[in-house]
Amino acid sequence: MVEFNLPKNSRVGTGKSWPAPQGASNTKTFKIYRWNPDDGENPKVDTYTIDMDDCGPMVLDALIKIKNEVDQTLTFRRSCREGICGSCAMNIDGTNTLACTKYIDDAKGDVKIYPLPHMSVVKDLVPDLNNAYAQLASVQPWMKTESPPPPDRERLQSPEERKKLDGLYECILCFSCATSCPSYWWNEDRYLGPAILLQAYRWIVDSRDEHTGERLDDLEDPFRLFRCHTIMNCSKTCPKGLNPAQAIAEIKKLLVERQV
Amino acid sequence: MSLRSPLGRVRGLGSAKSGTHHFWMQRVTAVALIPLTLWFVYSVIALAGANYATAVAWLQSPTTAVLMLVLIVATFHHMQLGLQVVIEDYIHGEGVKIVSLMIMKGGSLLLAVGAAFAVLKVAFGG
Repeated sequence: MVEFNLPKNSRVGTGKSWPAPQGASNTKTFKIYRWNPDDGENPKVDTYTIDMDDCGPMVLDALIKIKNEVDQTLTFRRSCREGICGSCAMNIDGTNTLACTKYIDDAKGDVKIYPLPHMSVVKDLVPDLNNAYAQLASVQPWMKTESPPPPDRERLQSPEERKKLDGLYECILCFSCATSCPSYWWNEDRYLGPAILLQAYRWIVDSRDEHTGERLDDLEDPFRLFRCHTIMNCSKTCPKGLNPAQAIAEIKKLLVERQV
Repeated sequence: MSLRSPLGRVRGLGSAKSGTHHFWMQRVTAVALIPLTLWFVYSVIALAGANYATAVAWLQSPTTAVLMLVLIVATFHHMQLGLQVVIEDYIHGEGVKIVSLMIMKGGSLLLAVGAAFAVLKVAFGG
């Protein structure tokens, strides 16, 4: 059954507080979820107040500043700092997004930062993505063909066919969408979630792929696909402005099309 | 504890190769219910204040009786499809889930047959 209360060992307490450096006039306060698997304690929210005159404009800038200058134990993933690697996806100010492309100024008042919702936490802001990566592997996100490739060139695709991949190929697999979806929260063991279904559709709609039917067979399942009830949280939260809900709807339409 | 690989867990028992019919029937009944419900609401409003004999005469008309039966079938079919989704979403124990689905489907069938029987009884002047 759905649990309405967090389990006892997941209830979030109040943690340490780091005040602003002396003489700072332009400050911003960050409330950040902390959990360490090694100390046996419940998660806590630590409070960091930092000098904004000495900090970049993005949430990731603040996280890096805190880790460098205030508290080296703060743990998070980051890499490209320009919205293309998907590493720094987290829940900022109540919305799943990328810390590197989210302006600190967009948050009114204190900036609340939590890990992606309803995932197992490895530490602090780092979620366990093993299940999501396995789900990605399960849809075989690569081109599958029977015809041999032309001997002297790549497989051709018309400009119109290529255009169908726009809005799909840009996905960076940050899982902001999947972890904003209640269906994924309740059934992540069986429902593939919007990120993976968008990836699946990216190959279903690719004119060069010759396994469309098998791909649809594998998705045609009350849980894998049809747990989507089109509430659109995924499309609303996508930091890349993509529309996973539409990709899922297109898969459903193809499934209806092949039997009606 | 399980040492099964994440991919093994995710691939699990494989695709059920079903679900589309459920999805499609939910849409078909939803579309059918738009005119049927509007007709039903309009008819009930038109009957407001009418006496028993007028109401019986209305239900005994072949058009009314047939539309009422279609409305009942569409409503209860749509209802049980929707409730099935709710149960599958929120109830995770296999045993509890199957029992809940049986009770829900049986209850829906009883309500549907009861409603249809009532219409037929009036329609055939019972």
